Amino acid sequence: MPKIVKLMQGNEACTAGALAAGLRFYAGYPITPSTEIAELCAEELPKVGGKFIQMEDEIGSVAAIIGASLAGKKAMTATSGPGFSLMQECIGYASLCEIPIVIVNVQRMGPSTGMPTSPAQADVMQARWGTHGDHPVIVLAPGNVRECFELTLRAFDLSEKYRVPVIVLTDEVIGHMREKVELPDPAEVHPLRRAMPAAPAGYKPYAADPNGGVPLMAPFGEGYRWHCTGLFHDESGAPSNKGEVADRLLRRLMLKIENNVADISDYASEGIEDCELAVVTFGSSAMSSLSVVRRLRKEGVKAGLLRLKTLWPFPEAAVRELAARAKTIYVPEMNLGQLALEVERVVAGRSRVVRIGKVTGELFRPEEIYNAIMGAK
Amino acid sequence: MSNTLSYFRQERLPHIWCPGCGHGTVTGALVRAIERLGLDKNKICVVSGIGCSSRAVGYLDFDTLHTAHGRALAFATGIKLARPELKVIVMTGDGDCTAIGGNHFIHAARRNIGITTIVMNNEIYGMTSGQYSPMTPKGMLGTTAPYGNAERSFDLCELAKSSGATFVGRATSYHVPLLIDLIEKALSNNGFSVVEALTQCPTYLGRKNKIGGAVEMLEWIKNQTINAKAAAALPPEKREGKLLIGELHNAPAPEFAGEYGELIHTVQRNFANMKGGLWECASNSD
Amino acid sequence: MRVEFRLSGSGGQGLLLAGIVLAEAAILEGKNAVQTQSYGPEARGGSSKAEVVVSGEDIDYPKATDPDFLLALTADAYRTYGRLQGKGLIIVDASVPLDPEIKARTIPLPILDTAANVVGKKVVANIVALGVLGGVSGVVAPATLEKAVLNRVPKGTEELNLKALRAGIELASRAGGKVQA
Repeated sequence: MPKIVKLMQGNEACTAGALAAGLRFYAGYPITPSTEIAELCAEELPKVGGKFIQMEDEIGSVAAIIGASLAGKKAMTATSGPGFSLMQECIGYASLCEIPIVIVNVQRMGPSTGMPTSPAQADVMQARWGTHGDHPVIVLAPGNVRECFELTLRAFDLSEKYRVPVIVLTDEVIGHMREKVELPDPAEVHPLRRAMPAAPAGYKPYAADPNGGVPLMAPFGEGYRWHCTGLFHDESGAPSNKGEVADRLLRRLMLKIENNVADISDYASEGIEDCELAVVTFGSSAMSSLSVVRRLRKEGVKAGLLRLKTLWPFPEAAVRELAARAKTIYVPEMNLGQLALEVERVVAGRSRVVRIGKVTGELFRPEEIYNAIMGAK
Repeated sequence: MSNTLSYFRQERLPHIWCPGCGHGTVTGALVRAIERLGLDKNKICVVSGIGCSSRAVGYLDFDTLHTAHGRALAFATGIKLARPELKVIVMTGDGDCTAIGGNHFIHAARRNIGITTIVMNNEIYGMTSGQYSPMTPKGMLGTTAPYGNAERSFDLCELAKSSGATFVGRATSYHVPLLIDLIEKALSNNGFSVVEALTQCPTYLGRKNKIGGAVEMLEWIKNQTINAKAAAALPPEKREGKLLIGELHNAPAPEFAGEYGELIHTVQRNFANMKGGLWECASNSD
Repeated sequence: MRVEFRLSGSGGQGLLLAGIVLAEAAILEGKNAVQTQSYGPEARGGSSKAEVVVSGEDIDYPKATDPDFLLALTADAYRTYGRLQGKGLIIVDASVPLDPEIKARTIPLPILDTAANVVGKKVVANIVALGVLGGVSGVVAPATLEKAVLNRVPKGTEELNLKALRAGIELASRAGGKVQA
């Protein structure tokens, strides 16, 4: 089968990426601007023998996909601000219990009901820290429609590889815009398949393998008869109140991400090799920013763009390297300074960091970023 | 000779429940019903939420899932729909099931998804030490009802029935043979089944309301109940204030996960030769 | 060359579909295209806006910055977006009274009337408009537009929609639009 070239909506591309990754279970609750993903999953999943269910709320949705993942299916939900808030407790559950799930959050203006049909990028911190307690999580941020496909596909692979919830953070602009997309020949896509652990006898669901790798998860119903609990647990899965057990587990959970930042971290760039002025951003703000960086280059300004495709774990190395060159780093984002907090932390005074926030519920117009840069230069 | 213990993770025993608690009796009844039916241990999945009741699953030698407060049925829905061939059982309590998890309960019942739900109703939040629940009878004392519970309580079985459950029964930790029978029937029903098991909490409900210890509480429970069949022959004044026990509703109907499987067959037949959908992206991802 | 379109009118006029078809036609010719819209209650009435950017090169910013072509099918849309119009052309439905305050070059064309009375169905005004935009801009060939329309419209309405498209292209050519060969 040849590659697929078509005009595709961002939400549609997320669905296509999920299907290519092996999505076979979707549970969700309708919410603008993510609903197209649910509608498409309802339509497409039965064709490939997959299951779709519209749950009674977003808490039920994330709970159901965790259940389905435990039963051996690749599972996803999609939502937006209010629904994402409701999902937080169970995201923590999946983090602690190491259950692979993918959550697409098509961001809209908040807090609260906010502006349901308007874009924002203000869930950067919630995506990382929304649930209580220290916990591992991976957050990817597509910067265009094609990346909705690529990064949703990758989200499943990372989720399986590290047994961690992965959040695909898009926004209303990318979710709803249609763009020419070239998708790979489906036969050429090789998603990560979940490996079965060794025989049930002696199976320890939370025993890290000797190389420090992530333990394999046995699907329910295959004779492993293991216990999965949101209480802190030992390697056998048994709940434990012992401080040293909790300490060992939580450190392992955090390290499985921290030790693999190089594998997980991903970004795109233009003109950063020799830049004196850099823009660091993500998602739809990067589309406006790219146009500005190209304009500045034409005007003879050595401008560069670093567009983060992984938000968490934060690609510290790339930003630190950039800070060695760029005198000033501009951080445009559709919020009042969230990514900028991380950039400031990593840059640690080596470059000047200028926040450019927009909260009108609209995508940045390029001249807004251009003028902000010129005004701050 | 019963082989009941073989269904337990014996290395995890003894359990954490208080002396005199009725939850062990209910857990034992479940295991006996499973044994009677000769179900395959490897194809049983028991799911719970949070609370005293929800600790039961940790002791059972099946695939077991101890989830978030109130969400057991939502997790279980994911498992059952993903793998309809599994026997999915939810063990929950009155607070877990009827307060924080109430919405999932009515929707699981509405769908008639093949899950057997056993509600251990001790009429109190035990794990957090004695607050009133939606099942605490009006007027009774709890730590958050120091002057007597001002709220009305649910009739859980009526709720289950009107929400669409296809098998509903009630027994108590006193009426153990009945409880085993009901759980056996519930497990045999291909659909959403609910068994309410009234159990004693001597530590909180009993002490706070001066009912006494476990034995007095069992007596107290026994005296509140009346068998549904016997009640049918009694005049209304004799039934007044009594809780019906026994099989209360049995109306088989098509089960959701199975129906969805049928939907898949139909769709796949209709789309077998269709080209161009997003589903083509999935061609290498089975 | 980046060409920007803004299609405005009222919800239910099908301008989003017109924008999608225009973008798909551009893709059929190997160009890049991005389509965006104002999203929300407009779909259930009220003002509506869709935008299409077509380019032979990479498209960074997805929205129209200074539309080369503004289509306005209602007085409301004409006043709102006409005022923002810079160097580009305005194509306004002939039923809309012109506003002397709006200085951009403007061509009034009987799009709604053509749909209702020439093609015979009010609902195809969006496809008439698509023909007009395709014709006036010359950004895609008429044959490609026809193919793109056929890919999108419901079965059984192909003839009607082709008739509407051709009527739109005809309106454009009478208005002196550059129709691509």
